Amino acid sequence: MPDYDVIVVGGGMVGVSIAFGLARQGQRTALFDEGDIAFRAARGNFGLVWVQGKGSQCPEYASWTRRSAELWKEFDQDIRAQSRIDTGYIATGGLHFCLNEQDFERRDQMLSRMVDDSHNQFQYQMLGRAALIDRVPLIGSKVLGASFCPQDGHVNPLGLLHALHLGFQAQGGVLRIEKVQNLSCSDSVFKVTSSSSVLTAHKVVLAAGLANKNLAPKLGLNIPVFPQRGQILVTEKIKPFLNYPTSLVRQTKEGGVLLGDSHEDVGFNDGTSIQVMHDIAHHARSMFPFLDRARVVRAWGALRIMSADGLPIYDQSEQYPGAFSASTHSGVTLAAAHSLDFSRFVVEGKLPSHLDKFSEKRFHVH
Amino acid sequence: MFIKLSTPEVETVSLNFEGKVIQARQHLSVAAALLESGISHFRDTPVSHSARSPFCMMGVCFDCLLIIDGLPNQQSCMTQVREGMVIQRQSGEADLLNDHAGQNGAHHE
Repeated sequence: MPDYDVIVVGGGMVGVSIAFGLARQGQRTALFDEGDIAFRAARGNFGLVWVQGKGSQCPEYASWTRRSAELWKEFDQDIRAQSRIDTGYIATGGLHFCLNEQDFERRDQMLSRMVDDSHNQFQYQMLGRAALIDRVPLIGSKVLGASFCPQDGHVNPLGLLHALHLGFQAQGGVLRIEKVQNLSCSDSVFKVTSSSSVLTAHKVVLAAGLANKNLAPKLGLNIPVFPQRGQILVTEKIKPFLNYPTSLVRQTKEGGVLLGDSHEDVGFNDGTSIQVMHDIAHHARSMFPFLDRARVVRAWGALRIMSADGLPIYDQSEQYPGAFSASTHSGVTLAAAHSLDFSRFVVEGKLPSHLDKFSEKRFHVH
Repeated sequence: MFIKLSTPEVETVSLNFEGKVIQARQHLSVAAALLESGISHFRDTPVSHSARSPFCMMGVCFDCLLIIDGLPNQQSCMTQVREGMVIQRQSGEADLLNDHAGQNGAHHE
């Protein structure tokens, strides 16, 4: 008999969300985390549970995102029950600021299409300047308005990751801080070889972020992901001024302000650069001019797990049907769906048809 | 709380802490000077509003934060005393809109 029901490779946001869900269903689960040498996108993200605009070109992605946002409350209660940690999750709705008429109209058109595509399941409203000032009194004079989506929210991403790791183990899950070096399968039993152990399982889930690309072929999978860098600045703690997360500026419950939303193709370089930090600060200042008095106390770069069309990649190996893969840059938003839905699909042994759209087969040239 | 080691006499500077004038040896950090004067309550945390004193005295713990010459959230263990410094407790988060930071902070480099 194999050592485990399921081995999850990758202890970041995607892997631990799935592992938490597996343990919750009573599966004997082991989770491998590479440790501090890994790129660890889960330790660099912004903390949005974000619905508006996601999947504007792909209704299936929009629907999967909404599904996760709807599950987030239940998911958060689960996490709290198992870990006793407050993830800071709050579903206030989110804002996207528009700087001119053209921005505003384009945003309205795009989101209106999303309402139609979703058969009115997606909700939003456009706020003119007066309505925006009611919600955000300190908004800068250059901001013309905003889109508001009540389905958006935010969370402390490090708190979430920590809580999931604890909650996974509290439910009997086994966490191993070891780099996975090899994967193989014979007679429907998977063998996972790490730097210091060899473990076996009925099933394997590849959720190793950027490392999925190289691990995939060993299990008959193909996961074409690549790094896209984002940089984030954090200010000193200042008095609360922003009660809603936005795509560019987010004030944490503790008072620090996160500034971000950059996209760079710089390979496996997760550092920072003066130019991008300057642009982020400049942009944030045009939204909130008083922030030029806030001191930045930390900055970092992190690598998103990107696909050519920006959508997640989910697959089940045809060669070894017990092997599944999950890759996405949206680990926080989708954490609830990964934990409550995806883990169930793994237990059932089959991905549902509504995830067909996310197979890597979409990249094959016909 | 602290006993001063015997050291050669050095010149002192005058600081103003919460309206009270304090003499401080001129080579000290603000944090060391206040502790030497018997002041231990430096700041109140933004989250639980509990009182804090310096902990590491070497720039990493951020527990010695003070408002110094109008600039909030200054690491007092990393700031040397200067004649005439005006120092206040850092109570909770910085208020960038209403406290002195708006006037003085803008000129500070």
